[in-house]
This record gives sequence, structure tokens and C-alpha cells, in this order.
Amino acid sequence: MLPSTNLSPHSRQWRVLFACWLLALVATAGSLFLSEVMEFAPCVLCWYQRIPMYALVVVLGVGLQAQDPGVVKYAKALALIGLALASYHCLLYLGFIPKSIQPCGKGVSCADVQLQLWGVVTIPLMSLLTFGAISLGLFFPNRKRVV
Amino acid sequence: MKKNVYLIGAVFGVILVFVLGMYAYQNKQTQVRTDTANKNASALVKFHSPSIGASDAKVTIVEFFDPACEACRAFYPVVKSIMAENQGKVRLVLRYAAFHNGSDVVVKILEAAKLQGLYWQALDAVYQSQPVWAEHGNPQIQRVWDYLQPIGLDIERAKRDMENPGIAAALQQDTADVMSLKVQKTPTFFVNGKPWEVISPDGLRALVLEAIKASYP
Repeated sequence: MLPSTNLSPHSRQWRVLFACWLLALVATAGSLFLSEVMEFAPCVLCWYQRIPMYALVVVLGVGLQAQDPGVVKYAKALALIGLALASYHCLLYLGFIPKSIQPCGKGVSCADVQLQLWGVVTIPLMSLLTFGAISLGLFFPNRKRVV
Repeated sequence: MKKNVYLIGAVFGVILVFVLGMYAYQNKQTQVRTDTANKNASALVKFHSPSIGASDAKVTIVEFFDPACEACRAFYPVVKSIMAENQGKVRLVLRYAAFHNGSDVVVKILEAAKLQGLYWQALDAVYQSQPVWAEHGNPQIQRVWDYLQPIGLDIERAKRDMENPGIAAALQQDTADVMSLKVQKTPTFFVNGKPWEVISPDGLRALVLEAIKASYP
């Protein structure tokens, strides 16, 4: 039986959640492209951000299919965790966090800038923007403009 | 069901873009590697490089290898059989890409064996005993000597020759060429200058046969 407050595919909320899910899906594919095709080794912080991002694909995807509005609260938690990690990573990139307290000593350094599009867009920034846009969609689904 | 069309459609769309992007990227990379190899053609074969096969062969396989690399070990019989099937037409040149820990020592041992005219026998022995001495994380290079005695190598002399500055220079040259040719994995093969990264033994065979067909019409 479907929950009484059904999430109709024709509703605005469904479309907003669909957009959030699509963002997470593209981010997932993009991160896999960077690591598996372009062979950039992901650093520890990248992995920590992948955890909520990949989970969002499943959680939102299943929620949309089941038309379950309850999915929003789980997705919110994941998006906030990702937002926090991505913010931290961006601050690390920008040099606001001293290197000595970086969490990753072994493997790939999290402060090494591996990719920079148009001089400004780094991988953590893309992560931050994606988690930010998903959070906006989840927390303010009724705003006229989503992103 | 409209929602399922959207959900499944999006998944397939993203996968499609991913795969297309992968092909485009890999094509570009192959192009870049070919260009690099063409630009640095002189870096492919060096005077000191060990080689086998007819010196006037029109097809040259240059293999960058690491004696501690399992894939190189697995490919070696394939390369040998390709050589045997196309005698007189193919020459094999070996170059070192000593990426693994301790590999440089084994490379020096091989070069020392070359001075005694036992290079290919030593290479066979090194590959055969690789599981013993090249365990990842815990390489026990010294154990390789046990396998070199049976081929008739003068161990004492080899140990002295290993310190020969000429050998260090050869290894250094190979390392420099690994950089300029952007060799990132072992084995990396160049068939008549065309770079090829490991995919399958059949792929290598096909590439060599293609080069033979082009060179011996």
C-alpha cells in the first residue's frame, strides 16, 4: 500500500526530487569517469564524499519510483554530510586549512589539485556545487527557481 | 508509467554519455601516445638495449617491462611465440621500466648476465622464479640468485659487474625514455613505433600481424 501522502509523478515535488536525483547520478558517473577512465586516483576525502553521493542515487531513485515523500528526510541527511565534506575539501584546496591537520597522510594527497577546468573549477568545487544544489532542492522545494 | 520512463531513461542516458565519453577519451589518449612516440622515435631503441631476432627484420617490437611485473611475465611466452611464428620478420627490443620496489636491482642482475652472454637464459629464470622473489610489499630480491646458478651464471662476477657504471647509465637512460615516451604501465609495447597498452595477448598478436602485412606485402 502506498503511503497516504503520495508523491505523484505529476507533482512539482516529484520533478524537483527527480532533478536532485539526476544531479547525483551525473556526479556519480562523473566521479567514476575521473577515476576509472581518466585514472585520477581518488583521495580519502573524495571517497568520503562519494559515500553520500552514491547513496543519494539509490535513496532518491527508489523514493521516486515508490512515490514515497518520506525519502526527503533521508536524502537531506546525506546531502548535508556531503555538503560538509565538500566544504572542508574546498577550504583545504584554497589553503584555509593548514596542511598539518589534513586527514590524509597516505596515498593521494587531498590538497593536490589534479584537475582544474577554466582555471577555477576543481573536483571538490564540483562536488560542493552538486551537494549544494541537491540540498537546495531538498530543503526549499517550493522556491520558484531550484538552483 | 511515466515515472519509470524518466528514471530508466535518465540512467541509460547517463550510461550512454559515459561510454561515449570513454571512447572519445581513450581515442584521444591513443592519439597523444602515438604523437609522443613519433616525436620521440629516437627514444624507442637504444644501442645498449637487449634485442633478439633478425637485425634486418622490418617489424620491431619494443617492450617496456619490469621483471617484477606479473603481466610482463604472462606476456613473455606470447611474445616468444609471436617471434617464433614470424622468424626473420620480427625483432624484439627490451627496455626497462622498473616501477616496482627492488626491480632496479633485478635489472642490474640481468644486465650483468648480459655481460656473460646469458641474458635470455637469465630473463627466463628471473620470470620463472618471479613469484618467489617479487612478492608485492615484501620483495626478496636476493632469492633470485638461487635460480641463476643453474643457468651457469658466474654469480661472483655478476655481483661485481652489477656495480659497473655502464649498467647504471643504461638503466638511467631507460628511465629517462620511460618519461619522455610517457610509459605508465608495464608491459607497454611499441610495434613499429605504434604504442599499445596491455589489453589482451590476441590484441598484441593482431597488431604485430598487421605490421608484418604492411611491411612484407
